Amino acid sequence: MNIETDIWPRIESGLRGAVPLTLTAMLVVLVAMPLGVPALGPIMPLFPLMAIFYWVIHRPDRFPYLGTFLIGLFQDVLAGTPMGMSALVLVAVHGAVASQRKFFRGKSFMVVWSGFAVLASGAVALNWVLAMAFYASLASPTPALFQLVLTVALFPCLTWFFRLVRRDLLRPI
Amino acid sequence: MRRLRDGQVWRLPQAGRAFVLRFSFVILLTAAFTLMVLGRAEMAAVERLRTAVTDLVAPLLDALSRPVQTVNDVVGEVTGFLALRDENARLLDANARLRRWEMVARRMETENAALRGLLNFKSEPLGAFVSARVVGDSGNAFVRTMLVNAGASAGISKNQAVITGDGLVGRVVELGQRSARILLLTDLNSRIPVVIQSTRQRAILAGDNSSTPVLTLLPENVRVEVGARVVTSGHGGLLPAGLPVGVVTGLDESGYRVRLFADLGRLEYVRVVNWSLPGFSPLAPTAWQPVAEPDAATGPLAGGAAPSEAETP
Repeated sequence: MNIETDIWPRIESGLRGAVPLTLTAMLVVLVAMPLGVPALGPIMPLFPLMAIFYWVIHRPDRFPYLGTFLIGLFQDVLAGTPMGMSALVLVAVHGAVASQRKFFRGKSFMVVWSGFAVLASGAVALNWVLAMAFYASLASPTPALFQLVLTVALFPCLTWFFRLVRRDLLRPI
Repeated sequence: MRRLRDGQVWRLPQAGRAFVLRFSFVILLTAAFTLMVLGRAEMAAVERLRTAVTDLVAPLLDALSRPVQTVNDVVGEVTGFLALRDENARLLDANARLRRWEMVARRMETENAALRGLLNFKSEPLGAFVSARVVGDSGNAFVRTMLVNAGASAGISKNQAVITGDGLVGRVVELGQRSARILLLTDLNSRIPVVIQSTRQRAILAGDNSSTPVLTLLPENVRVEVGARVVTSGHGGLLPAGLPVGVVTGLDESGYRVRLFADLGRLEYVRVVNWSLPGFSPLAPTAWQPVAEPDAATGPLAGGAAPSEAETP
């Protein structure tokens, strides 16, 4: 057995396979970065949500539940939200997408986009209920609604980017 | 070997795989929920995990946010250059006004010093500052916090006030070695004892995730002027008294709204005020000491320096 020729392709495919999760973790960091745009912070689009939606449909083999869970925790740590809150929402979204994966595969983009809008609304609503229950108080849902609108509006851009990544980096594995 | 790579050997039967998937879904949902509940109960372990991860990521965020800041600075330079003429006129005007104020301030300073000397007044200690860069925004609709790139190793401790040149920003709620999380005044959980500067009316400034926090716990039928300055009262001993906070902008159904002096939307650098009343340690949980400690009897709470909370205005 020739280790030289056997080990590199494996490392390479391992690295390529890690792209979806790594990319999503990087999006979590991007969301937490101060971009110096006033008032953007509270309505920052939910990029990680888009990533999870896309990768669970297209490469579920490279996006396990545990990955989603850890990304949720990472987001909680960075954002200062209660530990487990984003994790709960994202794992729930993952579950919902996974159950509808067959429906979304091969559908027109408008259908996928609408599906995403419905799912994102559910996720934001769940997040709002969890946050308000945790803090036992009531805040205006307006920023969350703005966040939802921005998220749905930017979904095509991110999808286009993920499609490029999938075609160029993940096609071989 | 090739067989292994194709996953042939490890492939579980279809039904088994589905079971494992469903199982991990349920387990992880439960784990997330449990974490939330434990966090609600303020489990120390959850917080330690959190600060450990924050400490790890803070340098990364720090490095990543520098180019962003450079771009912002360049944009600021260019727009600033274009507005140079107007800016100059404005500054000349402001300078003339401030010179008059300076005269007033100097006169008052001497007068103040003389009067303090007469009364043998014990002035509050001035705090030292730790400057820190904002490296993380919450990027979230539910909390208003910020991450800065300095922590316990820089001398910051929990509950210290965080200010900019304009006014109070918030206080430190989570502390790592190299990072600290600041709870902004606008956060749902922020409660700061304040006082209306002109009338000395005390109140609590409560955040509600909007950009303008509300004055609560005002006695009924107390009227507050629009435009009145709000400063920290120093009650409770957590924050120094007299830090500028904001101005009252008006009344709505939740109460009097306060527009903050500090622009929380574009914070780059903040200062953490290292301040404490000598011989007085307020409700901070870190002040707890084991009973076996020899000087526990003369401990922080024995000083009796606590401001009287029973006093009514």
